Amino acid sequence: MRLRFNLVFGLTLAVIVVVAAICAGWIAPYDPILDADLMVSEMPPSWEHLLGTDAQGRDVFSRVLYGAQVSLTVGLVSQMINSTIGTVLGVSAGYFGGWWDDLVNGLTNVMLAIPSLVFALAIMAVLGPGLPSLLIALGLTNWSWTCRIARSSTLSFKNQAFVQAAKVAGFSDANIMRTQILPNILGPVLVIATLGIGSAVLAEAALSFLGVGISPPQPSWGNMLTDSRELIRTAPWASVFPGLAIFVTVLGFNLLGDGLRDMLDPHMRTRKA
Amino acid sequence: MLRFIFRRTLQMIPTLLAVVLIIFVIFSVIPGSFISSLMAEGRNAMNADVVAHLNSEFGLDKPLLVRLGDYLWGLAHFDLGISYRTREPVWNVIEPRLWPSIKLALTAMGFAVVVGVPLGFLAALKPGSLFDTGTMMMAVSGLSLPEFWLGLLLMYVFALQLGWLPSFGYHPGSIKHIVLPAIALGVSPMALLARTTRAGVLDVMNADFVRTARAKGLTEPRLVFAHVTRNVLVLVLTTLGLQFGSLMGQAIVIEALFSWPGIGSLLVDSVSTRDIPVVQGTVIVIVLWFLVINMLVDVAYAAIDPRIKVA
Amino acid sequence: MSRICPDPVLSIRNLRIGVGKHNAILHNVSFDILPGETYGLVGESGSGKSITGLSVMGLLKRPLQVTSGEVMFQGQDVLKLGNRARRRLRGDRMSMIFQEPMTALNPLVTVGRQIAEMLVVHRGMSWPQARRKAVEGLENVRVPSPEERARSYPHQLSGGMRQRVMIAIALACRPDLLIADEPTTALDVTVQAGVLELIAELCKAEGTAVLLVSHDLGVIANMCRRVGVMDRGRLVEEQDAKALFENPLHPYTRGLLAARPRLGSRTLAGRGRLTELDQVVASEDRGRDAPTLTTPREACPEVTA
Repeated sequence: MRLRFNLVFGLTLAVIVVVAAICAGWIAPYDPILDADLMVSEMPPSWEHLLGTDAQGRDVFSRVLYGAQVSLTVGLVSQMINSTIGTVLGVSAGYFGGWWDDLVNGLTNVMLAIPSLVFALAIMAVLGPGLPSLLIALGLTNWSWTCRIARSSTLSFKNQAFVQAAKVAGFSDANIMRTQILPNILGPVLVIATLGIGSAVLAEAALSFLGVGISPPQPSWGNMLTDSRELIRTAPWASVFPGLAIFVTVLGFNLLGDGLRDMLDPHMRTRKA
Repeated sequence: MLRFIFRRTLQMIPTLLAVVLIIFVIFSVIPGSFISSLMAEGRNAMNADVVAHLNSEFGLDKPLLVRLGDYLWGLAHFDLGISYRTREPVWNVIEPRLWPSIKLALTAMGFAVVVGVPLGFLAALKPGSLFDTGTMMMAVSGLSLPEFWLGLLLMYVFALQLGWLPSFGYHPGSIKHIVLPAIALGVSPMALLARTTRAGVLDVMNADFVRTARAKGLTEPRLVFAHVTRNVLVLVLTTLGLQFGSLMGQAIVIEALFSWPGIGSLLVDSVSTRDIPVVQGTVIVIVLWFLVINMLVDVAYAAIDPRIKVA
Repeated sequence: MSRICPDPVLSIRNLRIGVGKHNAILHNVSFDILPGETYGLVGESGSGKSITGLSVMGLLKRPLQVTSGEVMFQGQDVLKLGNRARRRLRGDRMSMIFQEPMTALNPLVTVGRQIAEMLVVHRGMSWPQARRKAVEGLENVRVPSPEERARSYPHQLSGGMRQRVMIAIALACRPDLLIADEPTTALDVTVQAGVLELIAELCKAEGTAVLLVSHDLGVIANMCRRVGVMDRGRLVEEQDAKALFENPLHPYTRGLLAARPRLGSRTLAGRGRLTELDQVVASEDRGRDAPTLTTPREACPEVTA
């Protein structure tokens, strides 16, 4: 019961956000940057401005919709980079062992010791604000869990009959890793990636909030919160809705990740029953 | 036990060195120095002589490897270098920030443990109940909340609307000032702890030795306290350590939001001014915090679980 | 055959256990255990013998529940007792040994304390007092240097030693009934005999009745006077151990006996466990209606049902 709920509800939220992001150009009633009108600044939600307006009189609803594009791009792309790095390093480390394994292991421990937000902040400081920097900063700093899981699963598969059989049959190492091991670890990697999308969205918001992510006037949920922080007393809606958008998005991906994990892990399922 | 601690301390050194190396390389290899940022800020072309002078003052004209060597040499003497901006030793800049940060981390973690662990425990005792479902929904929501947004909302409700608590700032002896930032920071570890505790309790409750304990005719409270709690603690401790260890890093946004004079807000400030020695120093402090906490967790493990060999 | 028959310690009447209310997995099981007697319950895994033992203790896990029947222990139906009264019986008057000594002991508590706990809970002893008794208990189960071992943690003991500790726990309060669920299955063959002997000897000395649950006919043959054979949730045959081996009445029992590993047989099949029972015999015979038990209480005809 819980299993279905997580999966269905999470997927629904995620799909809504994705659709909103893709269709932002059609749905949004105003331009998120250009339609600034100081005459209507800090207006509460109304039929004209569904979620109210901010200090420059821009439509919060439109800006939230466009912000979804940034958040999802960052979430999906950075997580793809992380998953790739983590999987490649983890599988090769588990498969080859030896000094390479030690090196990857050490590196994973180092990555784990630096909180990813701090690391990403440092990289952003060097690269400067902007979407490409964000993708790099968040894509390079959150692969340690994927790597760990990939490594330990590879270790457990390495000595199993089907891998040994492939070896005996003369397949190359790269081929064995790709065709024998990778399909077996895709499940857990997918789960971590889904959960990672949520944390990437949170990290993007945090970095933009701190002023090193997406720079205004381009809307991002994080920098909308920076702007509206000063208005919290007079125009709380300008803070509430971008934050709510982050919450709903992250909740969607977290539930989806939980649901996928429950589905892929029979042990967890029986325990819940 | 002391030998164990000593050995674990030694094991931290390579990790720390690697962190220093990574941070050093990131800030050295990629273009964009403190001086060029000064130029950009000044909006006027800076005299080449001045640039050269500043470069030599901070040793930036030396080759990278020499600078790295100097830095490590300094580090071995607990010397983190000189701040570009204030021209003070970095340690003098960091030191006054340390205690507020630790205080915030401790309070937030205390909140997380005191609320999260009992919630997870109670939820696991009646799996599938309304309370369980509710707690777990709350936990996944807590994990999905942007903490600075939560902080902002808390500020709005409890400081601006109700006026019960100050909205931001820090006063050394004030308990009121720490409440909102600590809750905002503690919600996510609290949620994670509730989940881990619940999973741990369910795991242990299904363990064979709990069946044995039932067969022994123990009362339910005795069973829980004597045979479940400690075993759950072993399972929860890892999460607790990882969360607590990364809390100082997690705190950067909250510290910035609440103008909390800790390590995190120092990091943000020095990143925006490109005060690299201070950035490096704060990152080292944050990593050191993580490593020390995790070492303490390992020590606690060794104390709780006889299966872990201490020698 | 002796005709003097005391009241049974345990008398199970028409016990049914189901997953929830309807899906029955144990059907109308009835048998008696006399004081001091060792009664064997044998069958494949999944035949319901362990569940029978757990239901006597009141340790069935949630989807499983007793749907009807009686479990008379010393004249009272324990199924009708409240949780408290039932808990008091557990460990004190009836106790249980499990299959996996590796996981059945709490890894974080010394074995001495795990034994002593019984005496603290049921006898109201102080901890130091109970500890001394625990050391005695370890001595009784022939654990070498018991004083020192009492301070050990389970992971520091071998499987056989752990099972001895389990026995010491189970017998700490001198119960009237001991349920031993596959007590030697997880142990090395070399230590199995020692553990069984210990159970037999200690229970004989104290007059403790034993319900021995096992899939191992060898174990049953050595330990029990009377044997019940279970198949798919039914008690299909009950006989004197000797008679059972010489003249099995039920086709399932015959299959069970045929699947027994024989001395000298070197084929892989011969060494298979009962779970790998001869499929032909089993499926063919089990397809028919199982003959009903005509004389379930043959051993003690005077006792009226």
